[in-house]
Amino acid sequence: MTVAVFAEFVLNGLVLGALYVLMALGLSIIFGMLGVINFAHGALFTLGAYAAFQVKDALGFPATLVVSPVLVGVLGMLIEATLLRRLYLQDPLQGLLLTFGLTMILEQGIRMVWGRSPKPFDVPPAFTGALELGALTYSKYRSFILLSVVLLIVALTLFLQKTPIGTIVRAGSRDPMMVRLLGISLRPVLTLVFGLGTAFAAIAGVLSAPLAGVQPAMGVNVGTAAFVVVTIGGLGSFWGAIVSGLLVGQVVSLSIYFQPRAAEASMYILMAVILLLRPRGLMGERWEKFE
Amino acid sequence: MAQRRDVSIRLPRRKFLTGLATVAAAAGTHELAFPAVVRAQEPIRIGQLIPFTGFLGAIGEYGKQGATLGVEELNEKGGVLGRKVELITEDEANPGVAVQKARKLIEKDKVVAIEGLVSSASCLAVGDEVQRARVLMINAGANSDEIRSKRCHRYVFSTEGCNTQYVSAIGNWLIRERKISRWYFLTSDYAFGHDLLRVARNLLMANKGTEVGSDLAPTGTTDFSQYITKIKAAKPDLVFHNLAGADVTNFLKQYAEAGMTLEVAGGVIDSAYAWPVGESLRGHFPIIWWHELNTPASRAWAARYVKRWGRPPDNQAYGDYVAVHAIAQAIEKAKSTDSAKLVQALEGHTLTAAMDGLKGRPLTFRAWDHQLLQPMYVVAARDKSKWRDKWDIFEVISEVPLPGESLETIAIPKAESQCQLEPLA
Repeated sequence: MTVAVFAEFVLNGLVLGALYVLMALGLSIIFGMLGVINFAHGALFTLGAYAAFQVKDALGFPATLVVSPVLVGVLGMLIEATLLRRLYLQDPLQGLLLTFGLTMILEQGIRMVWGRSPKPFDVPPAFTGALELGALTYSKYRSFILLSVVLLIVALTLFLQKTPIGTIVRAGSRDPMMVRLLGISLRPVLTLVFGLGTAFAAIAGVLSAPLAGVQPAMGVNVGTAAFVVVTIGGLGSFWGAIVSGLLVGQVVSLSIYFQPRAAEASMYILMAVILLLRPRGLMGERWEKFE
Repeated sequence: MAQRRDVSIRLPRRKFLTGLATVAAAAGTHELAFPAVVRAQEPIRIGQLIPFTGFLGAIGEYGKQGATLGVEELNEKGGVLGRKVELITEDEANPGVAVQKARKLIEKDKVVAIEGLVSSASCLAVGDEVQRARVLMINAGANSDEIRSKRCHRYVFSTEGCNTQYVSAIGNWLIRERKISRWYFLTSDYAFGHDLLRVARNLLMANKGTEVGSDLAPTGTTDFSQYITKIKAAKPDLVFHNLAGADVTNFLKQYAEAGMTLEVAGGVIDSAYAWPVGESLRGHFPIIWWHELNTPASRAWAARYVKRWGRPPDNQAYGDYVAVHAIAQAIEKAKSTDSAKLVQALEGHTLTAAMDGLKGRPLTFRAWDHQLLQPMYVVAARDKSKWRDKWDIFEVISEVPLPGESLETIAIPKAESQCQLEPLA
């Protein structure tokens, strides 16, 4: 393997990992705050891509990066406010069943509205072609994905660390009782967090659309991978999701080089090893509310 | 995934079902009370198994439309043996589910024959099942040679071409254009891909080419960038892909996106998965049928399909359409719906003028392996500037074998086939 080829593998792995990170972050903040494992995350990813497909001709690709997550995020908030909210005091399994059912409804709904055939979604003209980085050439669009994900992570970090709502989110995910005793209502924050998490899934869907075809089952593999990433990183851990997403991206990418048949299994092997050595995941902490 | 879904559906359904049981029982006895005369006029039911989910899901929709159009044509002409024809479509999903659905079609719906199937893995499993049940099946979409060779069955026929037919067709073009040189294979990791890889490798070796690399990719792969990087580093003269379904769309899109200009050819292409690639489509492929084939019958049917469904038919719509008519022709010829008689009727049967296969030359089921002999078409991606509409992505380069040449030349030779058909009863 020459240096250029190796660099390209690492970059490809980074892009793959970056999309996993977006998915996993959404899952992770939802789980941290609501205690719900959102099984519908993959279907919302798909819905994000379809929403972008629907509006891209009228508004252009850049606008879809805003419109699609807003639409899907609002849908997420509606789901939280009408359905999920009723289940917080029930067995956690109920939330899992609800979101699992939603996955099927969303996937079949997409088939009914848009049909089963994949939809064409070309790489936006501004991003076709490759960037020249010295000896290395790399796809402009993939570079754009990397940049977008970095910006989104920075934005989310700033939101959580620097804004009053972010402070409530962080506090609420550690000790909701204490937050309530301080006279802060968590209800709207829970709705917002679920919407934010689903919006992240939608952005991942839009960013993937020009590379992977837009088709009803496109979220299945990514959705599953996101669960693996969250498990490896530690449930509910922000930085865990990021580190683990990038790690899984590299492991999958390099296993395609050395042992392509094991590529799909590699992330599960990694998960098994990490769970054996450190059952709560790489950066998982002890959380009082889940003990 | 599908297994899990079944469980979660079943639980809430159980209550609902017990509630319905009384109603169903009442309906059942009611039906039994019909006099025998009326029962004889029951419709002839044809079962269709076709994928609606997963990485082959888009093809299923076309297959269903093609078969439906076939059934409608039959009914407009007064049905078959004076009886109405009815199509019952089920999702083939995966081999396990496909076998369960086949049993349901045979035992509950009492279908005369089953047609459809796209995944070779499902087709092999269902083939074993219909042979046990002694029910005619026409494979309209699965390509593995195995289905017609090592694991052929007396009750299974194929209107779909086999990998050997497809690869011989594209091979013919590649040899003529002197593209046999240094190849890189990229293959779907399941029955169909493995079989196609074997046939394509034989072609390359027989023509003294070199294999510079070969990768297996899991079905449903969404990111091909690593494979493309490997291909780029290996510097082949031609990339030969043995991919299927949505993977074809993803690979071809990402191949163009990565700025690759190396020649691409494939062992097979489904137009349903080539259309979404759009303007970045490139390469040469063998296809069983294309809606712009220049025969009067093809053009007429494509026009009828557009009128009925609002879009042109793909190759799978064609496959299921032909299969439905082949079943009808067998019933007419045997004057019976008994599967054993239908099998005898189809062995050596040449498709009749009622529906001759639309290719402008006679097409016949070989008696000894049940493969429908037919020409394939080599198509090339057409430059976007020459498109008339968004469906106009291919141009037909050549018909293989050429008109006048024997259709046997691209099929599996008898000497190489491992097919041993079982006795009829």
